[in-house]
Amino acid sequence: MDKMDAITRKVADGRRLDSSEGLHLLQRADLLTLGELANTVRTRLHPERIVTFVIDRNINYTNICVNKCKFCAFYREADSPDAYLLSRQELFSKIEETIAQGGTQILMQGGVHPDLGIEYFEELFSAIKAQFTIQVHSLSPSEISYIAKRAHITIPDALKRLKAAGLDSIPGAGAEILVDRVREKVSPNKIRWSEWADVMKAAHRLNMPTTATMMFGSIESQTEIIEHLVRLRDIQDEKKGFTAFIPWTYQPGNTELGGTSATAIDYLKVLAVSRIMLDNFDNIQASWVTQGAKIAQVALEFGANDFGSTMLEENVVAAAGITFRMTKQEIINLIKDAGYCAAQRDTVYKILKVET
Amino acid sequence: MNLDTIKEKVLSHTRLTREDGIELFTSADLLTLGRLASHVALRKNGNKVFFVQNMHINPTNICVNRCKFCAFSRSKGEPGAYEMGIDDILHKARGAEKNVRELHIVSGLHPDLPFTWYLDMLRALKAEFPLIHIKAFTAVEIDYLAKLSGLSLHDTLIALRDAGLGSLPGGGAEIFDSAVRNTLCAEKISGTRWLEVIETAHRIGLKSNATMLYGHIETPEHRIDHLIRLRELQDRTSGFQAFIPLSFHSQNTEIKKSAYTTGFDDLKTLSISRLMLDNFDHIKAYWVMLGEKIAQVSLNFGVDDLDGTVVEERITKAAGGTTDGSMTMADIVYLIRQAGRTPVERDTLYNEIKVWD
Repeated sequence: MDKMDAITRKVADGRRLDSSEGLHLLQRADLLTLGELANTVRTRLHPERIVTFVIDRNINYTNICVNKCKFCAFYREADSPDAYLLSRQELFSKIEETIAQGGTQILMQGGVHPDLGIEYFEELFSAIKAQFTIQVHSLSPSEISYIAKRAHITIPDALKRLKAAGLDSIPGAGAEILVDRVREKVSPNKIRWSEWADVMKAAHRLNMPTTATMMFGSIESQTEIIEHLVRLRDIQDEKKGFTAFIPWTYQPGNTELGGTSATAIDYLKVLAVSRIMLDNFDNIQASWVTQGAKIAQVALEFGANDFGSTMLEENVVAAAGITFRMTKQEIINLIKDAGYCAAQRDTVYKILKVET
Repeated sequence: MNLDTIKEKVLSHTRLTREDGIELFTSADLLTLGRLASHVALRKNGNKVFFVQNMHINPTNICVNRCKFCAFSRSKGEPGAYEMGIDDILHKARGAEKNVRELHIVSGLHPDLPFTWYLDMLRALKAEFPLIHIKAFTAVEIDYLAKLSGLSLHDTLIALRDAGLGSLPGGGAEIFDSAVRNTLCAEKISGTRWLEVIETAHRIGLKSNATMLYGHIETPEHRIDHLIRLRELQDRTSGFQAFIPLSFHSQNTEIKKSAYTTGFDDLKTLSISRLMLDNFDHIKAYWVMLGEKIAQVSLNFGVDDLDGTVVEERITKAAGGTTDGSMTMADIVYLIRQAGRTPVERDTLYNEIKVWD
């Protein structure tokens, strides 16, 4: 039996693939084979043929950032003419608008702003929770790590305080590629992979759900993509705290790193391999923000069971020159057109409303 | 829906029926469609994906037909109307990269220019660029030129051919069904006339392509009817080279519809076309309309041709097209390679110029 047949058999039996098998798929399998294998896994996990989405808003409270990653078109120096920090009033009116449009979560992320201490976030989250009923799904591991260091406390202690103040869950951003060789090249000032993992593990131990992401298509090798997936899978084995995995592609516009973007076929292959490898993740999101509506819909046949968010606001990818917009109705129409049932969910993937 | 019966037919080279085609459209099993279409594409063209280095020239947007789905056309004197003289056209062609082998020239139906102007344009281009193939005039334009010339369709085509016309593009086919056509473009020639023009061209040795505009008010039945009428003509003439489904763009048109077709619909339409049109050698993904991403993915859904480098396209852009209207040859080769296929530069008649092994 050749290696491909052996892998196909393992996937059909629901057995875990190792790194070399994952790499074999990424390097050798054709697109449709990957789609079929990913569909097998996805159908086993989600036999009900529902595709979910969430109504939320990305609020980038600041674009001032100490990390200055080379792949990022969004950050600014503190003294840059278009540097900003949103006022509390601006933040609150954005939250009000989100709720008015049926939103259930806000995803607040910076910039890692050098002047904002843990007290700033504690006060902010407490104030949000006092005034609004909304899931605070905010602060990437990079920000949490910085906040903890700045306060001279451990990551678990920082998370406990933020949680007590109102932080519900953590987005999986800033994962980029969880291999230090790549991080040193594309984001030398950002936390190393093990620190990213430490924040996520600490959050999971506090029963704070998180997501996990991967930004690929910059300078990483296929081996490093697989290493990223296996590292996530290992973390997930411990507490099953990741609600979803979201791969997206590097967008080279206006960045220091430059270069080209991954093609649609590269995206669909990585998405499918992710679905196949991450046997302990319930949900895989399609990324219409980086791929556009058409490929995001096609992604539903390549392992994705979630359409992500309506994203009433998005600034980071837009800064790199990509501006796809989608309304809730468009998302529902695409899901139905692909032969699935559409449902609005909350942050932890509980279904709120099935769209008939 | 179970596609097993259809699968058997495809694997045994049996022609699919109208009912089979409609059943394929009702299926949401995208990957199986891709498998079957890839099987046929591989049988016909191996691992090759073709493209041509070409340039589009749209000499005028002034058009006596004002089709409701079109955002490009203008009436004479209307703001935004433009027309190029023969010198302008020559000037534009001089700007082409040195390896451009094809000029794709389509226009509105201009109310004033005489038939001789078109012959002069062809002769002028041929005189200056004798090696470039001129693929020009949709069947709709040919019908119009025949009226201007006072000649028969046959003699009009002979005159154009003798002046330098190399082949015909496939535009203006839209959807052949007369009810749909009356709603979309009542002033345009009928589907029957479109087929008659193309058949006449094929009979005098001019090859052509064929298109279908989808994603507006038509049903799957209309699409299959369209494909079958093309297939029947191809049985008689073998004059079609490629079939090119064109996804409807509604922006700035009179048809109220969501702005773009879906990725599913694009890939289904391409793969079902591949399966139905068993006598067409090539299925082309026109990336200017589909976007580069779907065009690339479609190489796994029965497509073997990515059109060309297309310098400056105006018609799709007018209706909200999102691509910037040009890709370099390196871009196209890269997309094809990342799809695991072999890029082949071709000329208009599918002679191979260069194979990237």
